[in-house]
Amino acid sequence: MRLRVNGQDHDVDVPEDMPLLWVLRDVLSLTGTKFGCGMAQCGACTVHIGDGPARSCVLPVGAVGDRAVTTIEGLSAGGIHPVQQAWIDEDVVQCGYCQPGQVMAAAALLKAKAQPTDADIDAALSANLCRCGTYQRIRAAVHRAAGQTGGRS
Amino acid sequence: MSANGIDRRAFLRTSAQAAGGLTIAFYAGPLPLRAQEGPPAAAAKPLPDPNAFLRIAPDGTVTVVLAHSEMGQGMWTGLVMLLAEELDLDWSKLKVEHAPVAAAYAHPFFGIQMTGGSTSIASEFDRYRQVGAMARTLLIQAAAQKWNLPAADCRALKGEVVAGTQRAAYGELAAAAAALPRPTQVTLAPPSSWTVIGKPHKRLDSAAKVTGRADFGMDVHFPGLHTALVARSPYFGGKVKRFDGAAALKVRGVKAVVQVPSGIAVVAENFWAAKLGRAALDVEWDPGDGGTIDTTEMARSYRALAAQPGGVKAKAAGDPGAAMKTAAHVVEAEYDLPYLAHAPMEPLNCTVRITADKCEIWTGTQLQTVDQGTAAQITGLKPEQVEIHTQFLGGGFGRRATPTSDFVREGVEVAKAAKLPVKTVWTREDDIQGGYYRPQYFHKVKVGLDAKGAPVAWQHTLVGQSFLIGTPFEGMVKNGVDPTAVEGVFDSAYLADVPNHLVEHHAPKSPVTTLWWRSVGHSHSGFVMETMIDELARAAGQDPLAYRRARLAKHPRHLGALEMAATKAGWGTPLPRGRFRGLAVHESFSSYVAQVAEVSVDGGAIRVHRVVCAIDCGTAVNPAGVVAQLESAVVFGLSAALHGEITLRQGRVQQSNFHDYRPLRLHEMPVVEVHIVPSTERPSGVGEPGVPPVAPAVANAVFAATGQRLRRLPLRLS
Repeated sequence: MRLRVNGQDHDVDVPEDMPLLWVLRDVLSLTGTKFGCGMAQCGACTVHIGDGPARSCVLPVGAVGDRAVTTIEGLSAGGIHPVQQAWIDEDVVQCGYCQPGQVMAAAALLKAKAQPTDADIDAALSANLCRCGTYQRIRAAVHRAAGQTGGRS
Repeated sequence: MSANGIDRRAFLRTSAQAAGGLTIAFYAGPLPLRAQEGPPAAAAKPLPDPNAFLRIAPDGTVTVVLAHSEMGQGMWTGLVMLLAEELDLDWSKLKVEHAPVAAAYAHPFFGIQMTGGSTSIASEFDRYRQVGAMARTLLIQAAAQKWNLPAADCRALKGEVVAGTQRAAYGELAAAAAALPRPTQVTLAPPSSWTVIGKPHKRLDSAAKVTGRADFGMDVHFPGLHTALVARSPYFGGKVKRFDGAAALKVRGVKAVVQVPSGIAVVAENFWAAKLGRAALDVEWDPGDGGTIDTTEMARSYRALAAQPGGVKAKAAGDPGAAMKTAAHVVEAEYDLPYLAHAPMEPLNCTVRITADKCEIWTGTQLQTVDQGTAAQITGLKPEQVEIHTQFLGGGFGRRATPTSDFVREGVEVAKAAKLPVKTVWTREDDIQGGYYRPQYFHKVKVGLDAKGAPVAWQHTLVGQSFLIGTPFEGMVKNGVDPTAVEGVFDSAYLADVPNHLVEHHAPKSPVTTLWWRSVGHSHSGFVMETMIDELARAAGQDPLAYRRARLAKHPRHLGALEMAATKAGWGTPLPRGRFRGLAVHESFSSYVAQVAEVSVDGGAIRVHRVVCAIDCGTAVNPAGVVAQLESAVVFGLSAALHGEITLRQGRVQQSNFHDYRPLRLHEMPVVEVHIVPSTERPSGVGEPGVPPVAPAVANAVFAATGQRLRRLPLRLS
């Protein structure tokens, strides 16, 4: 089956019901996307399918079709993304394991809504768990990134 | 892990024995002191080997090697800051890496290579500065010889040694400096001239972690590496009665099914195949004694036990029984606290490759020396033939520091049995149901007050499993008293001033495995002590802040944190309608944290809006890191206070994943403010001390809001 990830086509020989997460991690060695729960409860596995966020741990690879997959590695392929820069500037990370998923969820939110309110951030990011408790800084970093990307489409 | 007032000499001695007669080089030098006992005699210790901690490449790249594991607590930044205080760095040429496992990296307090007890910065405060100072001294000497100048004319500045108009990069001087005799003494910069310590510094691991480049144990991959999932007994202490791996072996990608001491491992080309293979296994379990465990029944039996004599006396003074009879008021209360899972975001995993003369391990661990010894025993290799490549830890909270090396032991067993390089991975369900929990606890407390409301008698019985007794770390138990069980009670500042008191601990046994969980015994004792003090203040008809002030009059560091938190939170000033405040202050890991929580109650729901924290952690080496750790501790504490509970029925854990073992989520996040009490004391703990005050501050606010005194966690309004 053919899979388009971060702008590159890959031919992968895997069962159709294998979750996208494990194709990315174990077949394509793209380990930036994390395994946290395996049942779409924590968001550590968040990738973009097209422009929208998706939980790759419960998405069978056969359901991706010809839609473009972007992982954390692809988000920053052309240098640091404004969301990643905002994360660095707000000193968000601690253990860091959930943060690729948080960054992908935030980047998708900002694509959909350039100036999100706190309620928008709650709605978009409450599905992403952080056991280190970096939520206050995540909120600040999303607002910071919105300032940087403000006015862009 | 607890770091307070424990006899670590005994800890080391027993660890060496319990590690199975392995030769482990324990450091037997001066042991850590509580902050108030003053600084240890640093000059008496031999200086460290700078080559173990610092490498300078010809191109000027400075690599700092860390003896501790980065698990989010920020020592990847803090330890580098200590070194940089003495050796002025060009930060653009800095590299940081985890140390291999070796005697040079033994924890200065504990004597084995490990991370825990909120001690990474506190224990390394001298060593990393000394390494920096030694390197600076040698680089300056090398430059002085090169230029034929007195060393006093040279100084180190941003990656170079400078004298007048002459300058030479550290990289150019490194070879000559390495050939010089090492200094036997160095002078460390006094606090008045610090330029790095005490100044907020952003984390050095951010870029790697936000781009997905940071390597966690879970991310290890190399050609030929397989993935294993292990079917473990669903009952604690249960055994495999019979199994059939035929169906599992038919799953595409499954390579082997092997029995290991912890269960049946399915080894496959990738995680998904291993998961499907494990699901296809046919295993019959013998539940053993764990098959009937019921945590509600356990709480009942703990309550009954608390009323019985025969507990180990942890602390006693005067005659509390007699004093109780003459007290003006008596307040009695009982507290129930559940098992708690650590649930770090990165599920446990361990990658192992065994060859004829070497066992290589890639994992995120807090306990390298014990893991090394365990792997040596299993493989029959010498400890020095076991290499550990410590990866970033996707959270630890104590779970990656098991005295039994459980997940590393299992990983080595699987690789040995499968005769393949294997990454053994736990699912989230394996993690939540896999034990090593904060023990379930019961406290029974009876306090007698005099006519002015001051406690004159305090009887306190704790019931809960000890995770030290009968383990390799039993040496931490002193005269039968497990300090990790009774800490926060037997060493409480409140108790010190109560003339008649008795603290007893019953340690019932259970097949359920238990472990230190961020803030250890303080995670339950802080809740009990600080809600009880609040209750006593109400019984005495006094304001909770004023009552604590009076009780803690002889404890200036408690008072400093208390006053700062109260002032910053506006204690006593009006609040928006429907909001109420609660207060708590608790000492742990030689640090003092006070918190004021602002809470509203809507129907049965408790909403926490704001938490104001003040911490006295001695010298705050990286104030930015201290703030971040307190924010983190508030969330960790709130997750447990509002949601956290592991329960068992018929021997089975009832929770399985994040939908029913709920950490706090972003929409529940209060505003957290952190204030640091200025201090010139040596650094003390930061990672854990913010946890204990959270639950009592919230529970005390809930009382203010509703008049309901909640004495069990998680907090539930009736």
